[in-house]
Amino acid sequence: METVYEMMRAVLPFAWARYDFMLNALLAMLLMSPVMGILGTMAVNNKMAFFSDALGHSALTGIALGVALGVDNKMLSMIAFGVFLALVIVRVKAAGSASADTVISVFSSLSTAVGLAVLAANGGFGKYSQYLIGDILSVTPGQILLLVGVLAAVVVIWALIYNKLLLISVNADLAASRGIRTRLVEDIFVVTVAAVVMISIRWIGILLINSMLILPAAAARNISRNSRSYTGLSVLIALVSGVSGLLLSFWWNTSAGASVVLVSAVVFFVTFIFRRR
Amino acid sequence: MENEHCSGFCQVRVEGLTVERGGEKIIDSVSFDIHCGELTALIGINGAGKTTLLKAILGEYRHGGTVTHTDHDGGSVGKIVVGYVPQFLDFDRSSPVSAGDFLLAGRTRFPVCFTRHGKVRLELTKQAEELGISDLLDRPLGRLSGGELQRVMLASALYPAPQLLILDEPVSGVDESATDAFYNLICELKNKRHIAVAMVSHDLKQVRRYADRVVLLNRRMLCTGTPEEVFSSEEYKKEFGIVGADNGNSI
Repeated sequence: METVYEMMRAVLPFAWARYDFMLNALLAMLLMSPVMGILGTMAVNNKMAFFSDALGHSALTGIALGVALGVDNKMLSMIAFGVFLALVIVRVKAAGSASADTVISVFSSLSTAVGLAVLAANGGFGKYSQYLIGDILSVTPGQILLLVGVLAAVVVIWALIYNKLLLISVNADLAASRGIRTRLVEDIFVVTVAAVVMISIRWIGILLINSMLILPAAAARNISRNSRSYTGLSVLIALVSGVSGLLLSFWWNTSAGASVVLVSAVVFFVTFIFRRR
Repeated sequence: MENEHCSGFCQVRVEGLTVERGGEKIIDSVSFDIHCGELTALIGINGAGKTTLLKAILGEYRHGGTVTHTDHDGGSVGKIVVGYVPQFLDFDRSSPVSAGDFLLAGRTRFPVCFTRHGKVRLELTKQAEELGISDLLDRPLGRLSGGELQRVMLASALYPAPQLLILDEPVSGVDESATDAFYNLICELKNKRHIAVAMVSHDLKQVRRYADRVVLLNRRMLCTGTPEEVFSSEEYKKEFGIVGADNGNSI
């Protein structure tokens, strides 16, 4: 890891680069933001912004589950619950008994309430409040390695399902008539989103994780005409907002997640003004 | 367009096809053939079960009876390639997906968001020229007119090269010159590639002009034959409430 730090310091002769934790955070951001940029494109295309928001909130129940079961690594219980909830929401939505936003809202409220009720028992919620805001400066070299794995996995999954997902996003019936197993492809997608959201929450925070996923894609969508520019711009906007947000948070001495989201929100409004008409 | 005769496949034989929903028979024991190199039009009043019948043939709905693909001698040829152009494509028109993205996504496994797909795109460009949609490839799908979108959907249904092409009201809401152009294209395809075409249409004028065979439905099969035979039948006049001379106009 020292070699990596030295190499980074050689190209980044800035005051903030003196700190190992800043270099760790930068590496994490460089790995995490493209993942968000890539997954966000399809989350926005499939109108899943509210869905991923509900996923973020469900992290509270995931943590509570970990506490109740005595699991040390809360990330595991969060991923397990996130994946479970994502698959349940997709199925209830497909059953079509209530409108999608109502179904999602019910699950979102329920999982937030269960999580809060368990974690706030005995007045102990304080120690979990870090999950609400997140702290990217706490990222460790081991976790950076995990993020390398996440990025690689998402690129592989994308290579396997992107075209199918694109056809489904245009029209699911048409995709099915072409022999695409629409349910399976959608399941793979929501499970991937759930896992990525849960892994990233500890650094970005429950309150803002959804914005990291949705805003870069929403901004890119304003000015894109095809899939290549959409994905490319979304990744680029995610990277630029991620890195500049991190540095702004260092200078302003504030939350990194908040700064990243502020930058991408500004990018969204700029692209909105210049959107293709 | 090269002449791609289907290997042995000659017709789709629909026998005693029945679709039930909620205990009610939506399609009741319908039998007819869809021949290669012919345009078979399914007509009938609203709610006659035309789209349901197409979807049953596509295998999307559970049904009674049989749908077999046979050769000249009536022997089964197994599975065939089917192209499908849906009735109304409900999609998010603000989505940044170009017509080229959409068509490429149906042709290759490699993500269309990562490259321009040199070789596959070249093939697509060639086919696009044949179908007269070259200038549409770079335009967002949501910006296409009804007629343009139908041509793109047809291009999508033509890959992989189908033996049976199923069209569900392919030209609804499209102006007359675009409609004629679309039908001419379909006729060219069925003649040159010997594709079997099954189509639901409300536009009886066009059916009379372009169809080789007509099936008149209202849950059951009422009448089948050449357009002349069906349009002059008592069943047709009764079904469409035409008294005296049949004008064959769109309903």
